[in-house]
Amino acid sequence: MTELLSLYRTMVRIRAFEDAAEAASQGGVTWGGAATDKAAEVRVKGPLHLSTGQEAVATGVCAHLVPEDLLTSTHRGHGHTLAKGADATKMMCELFGRATGYNSGKGGSMHIADFSVGMLGANGVVTAGLPIAVGAAHALKIRKTGAIAVSFFGDGAINRGPFLEALNWAQVYQLPVLFVCEDNQISATTKSAPMTAGSNAASARAESMGIAATRVDGNDVEAVSTAAEKLIAQIRAGAGPKLLHAITYRQKGHVSVDPATYRDPAEVANALKNDPILRARDVLKQRGLGDQAAQIEAEAKAEIDAALATASAAPWPEKSAAYTDIMTTGEGVWA
Amino acid sequence: MTDFATSTKAEPRVSTMTYAQAAATALEEAMRADQHVVAMGEDLGRGGVFGQYRTTTGKNLVDVFGSERVIDTPISEATIMGAGVGMALAGLRPVVEMRVADFALCAIDELVNQAAKNRYMFGGQGRVPLVARLPIGIWTASAAQHSQSFEAWFAHVPGLVVVAPSTPQDNYGLLHAALASGDPVVYMEHKELWGMQGEVQQGERIELGRARTAFAGSANGNHDVTIVSWSKQIHACVDAAKELAAQGIHAEVIDLRTIWPWDKNAVLTSASRSKRLLVVHEAVQAAGFGAEVAATVAEHTDARVARLGAPRIPVGYANTLETESRVSAAQIAQATTRLIKR
Repeated sequence: MTELLSLYRTMVRIRAFEDAAEAASQGGVTWGGAATDKAAEVRVKGPLHLSTGQEAVATGVCAHLVPEDLLTSTHRGHGHTLAKGADATKMMCELFGRATGYNSGKGGSMHIADFSVGMLGANGVVTAGLPIAVGAAHALKIRKTGAIAVSFFGDGAINRGPFLEALNWAQVYQLPVLFVCEDNQISATTKSAPMTAGSNAASARAESMGIAATRVDGNDVEAVSTAAEKLIAQIRAGAGPKLLHAITYRQKGHVSVDPATYRDPAEVANALKNDPILRARDVLKQRGLGDQAAQIEAEAKAEIDAALATASAAPWPEKSAAYTDIMTTGEGVWA
Repeated sequence: MTDFATSTKAEPRVSTMTYAQAAATALEEAMRADQHVVAMGEDLGRGGVFGQYRTTTGKNLVDVFGSERVIDTPISEATIMGAGVGMALAGLRPVVEMRVADFALCAIDELVNQAAKNRYMFGGQGRVPLVARLPIGIWTASAAQHSQSFEAWFAHVPGLVVVAPSTPQDNYGLLHAALASGDPVVYMEHKELWGMQGEVQQGERIELGRARTAFAGSANGNHDVTIVSWSKQIHACVDAAKELAAQGIHAEVIDLRTIWPWDKNAVLTSASRSKRLLVVHEAVQAAGFGAEVAATVAEHTDARVARLGAPRIPVGYANTLETESRVSAAQIAQATTRLIKR
């Protein structure tokens, strides 16, 4: 498979997963938090943060990682997890809260993770993944494994102190870590720009510490892939931390039940024209690969349909599981 | 991932050393035995603020193990703790130094939301074997931001082990146990115990979750009252118990050593016999861990219970103000007498 087709497959799988998860989450809870009469039918409960529209960033970066490389993510982590090599069915089971999910139903969407492929978890706290990633990179350097760490974060994360602490730390110890700012231009439900001092702040703050930053069109998967490949090669060669600043757009609300009425409809319509999947499909058509693109889409839909069916039929965790995996010392006695 | 080879531990022997040196000795032994153990924090390069990273021969641990394993860090508490979580997930056993427990509040998300929850949220995929050293307690004339005892806060968080050693021997044995634990351990040494001298039996491990009898009330176990405490306050309790013994009141003093999981069996057994329990701690009395001990004893025995802690005031600078926050042996003896007469 040529490279763009491979990238396209990952993006399309992420989109299919997000669309299916969104459909399975509708109607359970209103944006105001009240339960609706459909609550019992809803299979994905709780806050579901979709990465619809941001697929090119996860895809372009993770295409250059191996399972030994470690990854921390955000609350919007489905795309990163799939791109890092996780199994869509086990992910869907987790979103459904089933015992067969990645986290045995203990984490759900916001804590999706697959440690077996180096994906150390989505995180419910903005910026929290960065210090963990620099610690992981620090350990990889001490252990001389040759692997690297990558941390995805949003533009909202750069206004929290741990962002600056983590970047400083990575540069001081020259750690093998790639920081990826997935700049979707909005922090939860508030525009980031008026809340952020300075222009191109994610890049500028990194550069102020001597960390080279590369800005890229985050909806052009080939551009992201090319930039990430170069930075990751430099990091593997011992060049220390780098930052990739990818400008993208979040097509959905903060959570799946958020209608995002705080956005200008014209802005949204314009952004949808810049959808990374549509763009990649156009390129594939131009290159005479339209049929293969269509086949990839059909395969992704079939894969996710099967994941939904498996997750729907999967068992719930036993109540006793609520008391396991808390801590070793005194476990089962002191809860 | 590649794994380091491990070697055997030091031979057993008894030495006199300080509480700070006892911890440094345990850490040195653990670092020799397991190359996955690393330490990091502010000022570790000079042996730690209180000398707790300096060996009995006066050598800084960084000179023994190098700056890659004893890591001098920027003043970045959130990232010291968060990086500790990442290191643990990537196969190391980090010891993270928070200088004083008060400053760990700058790393509270990393400790409470990240370290403590990792194993559970991710369905057992991750483990965070991390020791966070958070020195607690009043430190003379250091006022309100360097003198707090927060053990109850961390005992409240599922996933955390909380340890508070009161002697050099316990600091040695419990730090070894904390380093061997697969859990995130909040390890709370007392700042006014750093210089305390005592005998340390090297090679002796102390199981987490096991209390010790710091003062036996009577030879036959028929004591009049059970006093439970931990950390530096144990020594005031023992002084009080001696004073009470001279008056013919037999008090058994139990040192919890581990705040979570705490040794319920030891406390319930003693309180069931004595029918009277006094819990003493240096922390503010309101919503302190003493309330948990007292309530548990009240729920499971017919013992009368009482608590003694600091008033709910910030620790003041001037001696007259600071003293208001200190629980004295005399106060403990008075509270015990009141409990017996109640």
